[in-house]
Amino acid sequence: MKEQLEAIRKQAFDKLEEINDIRELDELKVHYLGKKGELTQILKGMGSLSPEERPIVGQLANDIRTALEERIAEVKERLIKALRDEKLKSETLDVTMPGRIRHLGKKHPLTAVLDEIKDIFLGMGYEIAEGPEVELDYNNFEALNIPKNHPARDTQDTFYISENVVLRTHTSPVQIRHMKSHKPPIRIICPGRVYRSDAVDATHSPVFHQVEGLVVDKGVTMGDLVGTLQAFARGIFGENTKIRLRPHHFPFTEPSAEVDVSCWGCNGSGCRICKGEGWVEILGAGMVHPNVLRECGIDPEVYSGFAFGMGIERITMGKYGIDDMRLLFENDIRFLKQF
Amino acid sequence: MKAPLKWLKDYVDINVSTKDYVNAMTMSGSKVEDVVNMAKDIDKVVVGKIISIEKHPNADKLRICQVDTGNEVLQIVTGAPNVKEGDLIPLALVGARLPGGEIKASKLRGVESFGMMCSIDELNLTKDYLPDAPEYGVYVFTDPVEPGTDIKDAFDLDEVVEFEITSNRPDCLSIIGLARESAVTLGVPFKKPNVVVKEEGEGDIHSITSIEIKNPELCSRYSARLVKDVKIGPSPKWMQRRLAAAGMRPINNIVDITNYVMLEYGQPMHAFDFDKLEGGKIIVRTAKEGETIKTLDGQDRKLDPNMLVICDENRPVCIAGVMGGENSEVTENTKTILLESANFNGASVRITSKKVGLRSEASSRFEKGLDPENTILALNRCAELIEMLGAGKIVKGIIDVYPEPKKMEALKLEPERINAFLGTQISKDEMVRIFKSLEFEVDENNMTVTPPSFRRDVEQFADLCEEIARLYDYNNIKPSLLSGKESMQGRKTYKQRMEDVIRNTMMGCGFNEAYTMSIVSPKVFDLINLPVESPLRKAVVISNPMGEDFSIMRTTTIPDMLRVLSINYNRKIDAAKLFELSYVYHPVDGELLPDERETLTLGMYGEGADYFELKGAVEELLMAMGIKDFEFKPEANEPTFHPGRTARLYIGVNNEMKACALLGEIHPEVAEKNECPQRTYVAVLDVAVLIEASTTNKQYKQLPKFPAITRDLAIVVKDDLYVADLMAAIRKKGGEYLEDVTLFDVYKGAQVQEGMKSVAFSLTFRALDRTLKDEDVNEALERILKYLEKTFDARLR
Ligand SMILES: [Zn+2]
Repeated sequence: MKEQLEAIRKQAFDKLEEINDIRELDELKVHYLGKKGELTQILKGMGSLSPEERPIVGQLANDIRTALEERIAEVKERLIKALRDEKLKSETLDVTMPGRIRHLGKKHPLTAVLDEIKDIFLGMGYEIAEGPEVELDYNNFEALNIPKNHPARDTQDTFYISENVVLRTHTSPVQIRHMKSHKPPIRIICPGRVYRSDAVDATHSPVFHQVEGLVVDKGVTMGDLVGTLQAFARGIFGENTKIRLRPHHFPFTEPSAEVDVSCWGCNGSGCRICKGEGWVEILGAGMVHPNVLRECGIDPEVYSGFAFGMGIERITMGKYGIDDMRLLFENDIRFLKQF
Repeated sequence: MKAPLKWLKDYVDINVSTKDYVNAMTMSGSKVEDVVNMAKDIDKVVVGKIISIEKHPNADKLRICQVDTGNEVLQIVTGAPNVKEGDLIPLALVGARLPGGEIKASKLRGVESFGMMCSIDELNLTKDYLPDAPEYGVYVFTDPVEPGTDIKDAFDLDEVVEFEITSNRPDCLSIIGLARESAVTLGVPFKKPNVVVKEEGEGDIHSITSIEIKNPELCSRYSARLVKDVKIGPSPKWMQRRLAAAGMRPINNIVDITNYVMLEYGQPMHAFDFDKLEGGKIIVRTAKEGETIKTLDGQDRKLDPNMLVICDENRPVCIAGVMGGENSEVTENTKTILLESANFNGASVRITSKKVGLRSEASSRFEKGLDPENTILALNRCAELIEMLGAGKIVKGIIDVYPEPKKMEALKLEPERINAFLGTQISKDEMVRIFKSLEFEVDENNMTVTPPSFRRDVEQFADLCEEIARLYDYNNIKPSLLSGKESMQGRKTYKQRMEDVIRNTMMGCGFNEAYTMSIVSPKVFDLINLPVESPLRKAVVISNPMGEDFSIMRTTTIPDMLRVLSINYNRKIDAAKLFELSYVYHPVDGELLPDERETLTLGMYGEGADYFELKGAVEELLMAMGIKDFEFKPEANEPTFHPGRTARLYIGVNNEMKACALLGEIHPEVAEKNECPQRTYVAVLDVAVLIEASTTNKQYKQLPKFPAITRDLAIVVKDDLYVADLMAAIRKKGGEYLEDVTLFDVYKGAQVQEGMKSVAFSLTFRALDRTLKDEDVNEALERILKYLEKTFDARLR
C-alpha cells in the first residue's frame, strides 16, 4: 500500500508540472482528492491494514494529501497570474494617441487682459464702476474742465448724437458720476467701451476700450500715483518692469503725465516694439484737477486724488504681440483659440 | 512745432548733444516727437567751381567739366544741360554719401569722371528750402561762395526738432518760448532778444491812421505800426531757409517777415496794404448781417454777427485771427503797409475758423489764448526785420489800443503744501530757484509768486505744483502706495460677478468670446428681415458719422453675430461657436440718454450645431445662475428666425414671467443674405432679466436614504403636441413621490400612425421616509395616464 501511495504521489506531481489550464487543474484535484478520488479510495481501504501499519500509512496518506493540496494551490496561483498578465497585455493602449479634447471656449484677449487689470486693482482695494456709453457732453467734457470750444477737444475726435449728447470718448464720465454720488474715500477703476472718430486701420478703431482709475482721499500724493502705476505695471508686464513719467497736459489733471513702461520686447535696450526707444507709452495720468473736484462737490482744500487711464487694445496688442487691431474685432476662431 | 536748432541757438546755448537735449526737453514737458537732421545722409559734398567745359567725344548729351574743389581740379562728366563755365555747384566727391547711395569714380562712354554734380533732389532738399534752385538740373549757387566749402555750411543744413506742444502752452509754439524752456531745462541763461527799431519813415503813425476796438471782449489788444516806402522782393536766403525748415513756404519779404515773427515770437501778424484801407483806418468789430469777404485764398466767405472782423471805414478787410481779405492784400505795388499785432479771444477765433472752414497757423495759435503783452514785442521785432532787410521804412510810433490791461495775479507760495501734495521734500530755496528760472516774480517776504504774462495757464496751487514737479523730474518722486490711508475692500458688484458666471458658463459650453463694434450701418435691419415697423429700427443716430457704415448705435446684436459667423464660414472654418456680452442702445422718448441693455448673444454653425445644442447652452446658463422658474415657448413670428425652430424664453421674476431671450435657427433667407450656412443658430438674451432672476443662494438637500423606483411610460399622441406640455402634465399628476421625469425617446414612422408620435418618458419615484411599494407607483402611473388620455387624447403604447 505504501508503494501504491508513493506511486500516486509521483504520478500526481508529475501531472501537475504539465498543467497549463485552470480547468485541468480542477479536474486533477477531483481526480486525486475528490470524494471518489484515488487518494480517498486508498484511505478507504485502510481497514485491511494491520493496526501497526495503519497509523504509518495514514500519516503518509495525509502527508501526500497536504503536499498535493499545497502544490495545487501554488499552481493555481501561477495560472491565475499568467491569465491576468495575458489579459493586461492584450489590453495595452497607445497612450501617445491624442486625448479627447472638450473644446472649451476661450476668453477674448481683451477680456483676458481686462480681467488681469481688474484683479490687480481689486487686490489694492478698488471697486469697479460702470456708466453709460452714450453720455452727456457735460459728464464727458465740461465737468472734466473741458468747456465747449476748448482746444483740447481737438485731440478727441468726438461722435455727437446731439449738441449735448456724445459717445463717450473716455471712461472719465464714470469718474464724474461716481464722485457726484459717493463721498471720499474713493478708489475705483472704470473699464468700458469708448468711441472716437478714427478710421479703422492696424492701430485705430472708432470703438475701443479703456480702463481708468480714480483715487480721492485726504492726503493723496503724487508719490501715491507713481507707486500705484508702478505696482500696476509690474502686475501686468512682470516684476522687473520699470515706469517713466513724462510731464504732459490733460485738462482734468494737474500735474499731468504720460507714462511709459520699459519695453517688454527688449527690456529697454531698444527693439521694433518700442521703435528703439526702450520705452513704450501705455497710459496717461495725473493728480485730479481741483476744478474737477470742485465741480463734483469735493473740496480740493481738503481732498486730493489721482487718476489714470489706458487703452486696453494697446496693452493687449503689446502683451500678446498682436500687430493689427482689426484682428481683435474680426473674431476669427483660429485667432480666438490662441488665448 | 518745428524748431530749427540753429534758430533756437540764437536765444539759448544748447551745450549738450542733440540726443541729450531732446531727452531733457521731453522730460521737462516739451515732448520731442522727432528730430530731422537735414544733413543726415550727406557727406563729402563740397562747393565746386566749373573752370572749363568741353564736349564729350562719344556722347551728345554729356559734357566734360574741370571743376575746382578748392584744393584740386577734378574731371567730372555731367549730363546736366544747365551748367556753364564759372558756375558754383554742389559736387559730390568720390566716396561721398548721398541719400541715393555712395559716389564712385566711373567711366562714362570712355571718359573718366571723379564725382557728381548734384541737383537738390539728389541732396534730398526742397525748393522751399532753396527757392533759387532750377526746376531741373544741377543746383547753381546764386550767391558767391568759396570753392571747397562743405555743402552743409554752404546750404546752412540744420537739425530740426519737432515738438508736440500741449494746448496749455501756446507760449511754446514759438522759438523764443522753446528757447526759454530749453534754458530752464538745461540750467543755462536765456538770451533775451534786444530789439532796436530806428523809425526812419516819414511822419507819425498817430497823425496818419487810427484804430478802434468795438468789441473789446473779443479783441483785448490791437497794436499797429506803419511802414512806408515798401519794397517787395524775395527775403534773404537765411530767412527763407529757416522758414522752410520750420515748415513754411517763403513768399516775399513782407509775408516772410510776418511769418518769421509768428514762428519766433508766437504772435501771428498781419500786413494790410494801407492805401487800400478805405478811410485809412481800422475798426475791429463783429460782422454785420449779410456781410461777405473774399479771403486771400480766393474764396468768398459768408460772415455772421458772431464773427470778429477787421474792417476799414466801410467793409471787412480780414477775418480776425483767421485769414486776411483780398481787398487789402499786399502786392508788388504796395507802397505803405499797416502791420497788425493783436490779441483775439481764443474761443471766438476757434468758432469762427470752424464755421468758415479755415484753419491757419495763425488761428491755431489764437485758439489757445495768447499773451496780450506779446503784441508790442512782436511788432517791434517785425519792424526791426523790415529795416534790417530794407523792405521799407518804419514810421514813428505805435498805435496800441489796450482797453483793459490784464494783470497777472500773485499766488501763494506754500512749500510744505506743495511737498505734501507731491510726496516730496524739496527745499523752499529750490522751489524759489525753479520759479525764478521760469521768470515768475517771487516775493519771498509775502511768500507769493506771480507767473509771467505768457503763462496764463498757471492759475492755482495745482499749477504751481506741476511747475515744481516737472523741473524736479517726475521720476525723482518717491513711489508710495497710499500709505497711511484707510484700507478699502475691493469687490465686484453682484452684476459683475454674474457677468463672470455668464462668461465662464459659455466658455464651458464651448463658446468662444467675440467682440464686435457697437456702431453699425442702418442697412443691417434689412439684412435680418426686420419689418419696416419694427421698433428695433429706431436707433440712436450719430450726427457726425464717419460714413453710413458707422452711423447708428446698434439696437440688436444679431447682424454682428451673423457677420462674425460668416467671416469664419467664408474662411472655410468647419464649425464655430461664439458668444458676445455687450450692449444694445434703445432711444427712450423724452430722455436725452438711451436705454443701454446688456445682451448675451450666442451663435453657431457646423458639426454639432442644432437647436437643442443651443437650447442646452441656454439651460446650462440658467442652472449656473440659479434660475429655476422658466419656460421656453415656440415663437413662429420672428422674421429673422425659422418659424418652426425658434423659441422665446420666459423667466419668472417677482411672480411675473418676463421675456428674456430669443433662440433658434436663423431663417434660411437671412442666412443667405448674410452669407452664413443654411443651418445657423443664434440666441439673444437680456442680461438684466437674467441677473434679476438669478440667485447665488444655495441650500443643501439631504441625500436620499431609500431606493427609488423607475418606470418607463411610452404614449402615442398627436404630432403637434409639445413635449413640455406633456411633461408638465406628468409632473402635475405625479403625486408626492414623483421625483423626476426625463424624456428618452420621440419616435415617428412605421408602427406609429401618420400624424402621431410616440413619446417615451422615464419616471423616477421615491419616498423620503420609506421604501416605496409597487402599489404606490402603479397608482401614480394610472393617475398620470388617465389625465394624459383625457387631456391630450394620449394612449399607452
Ligand atoms: Zn523694445
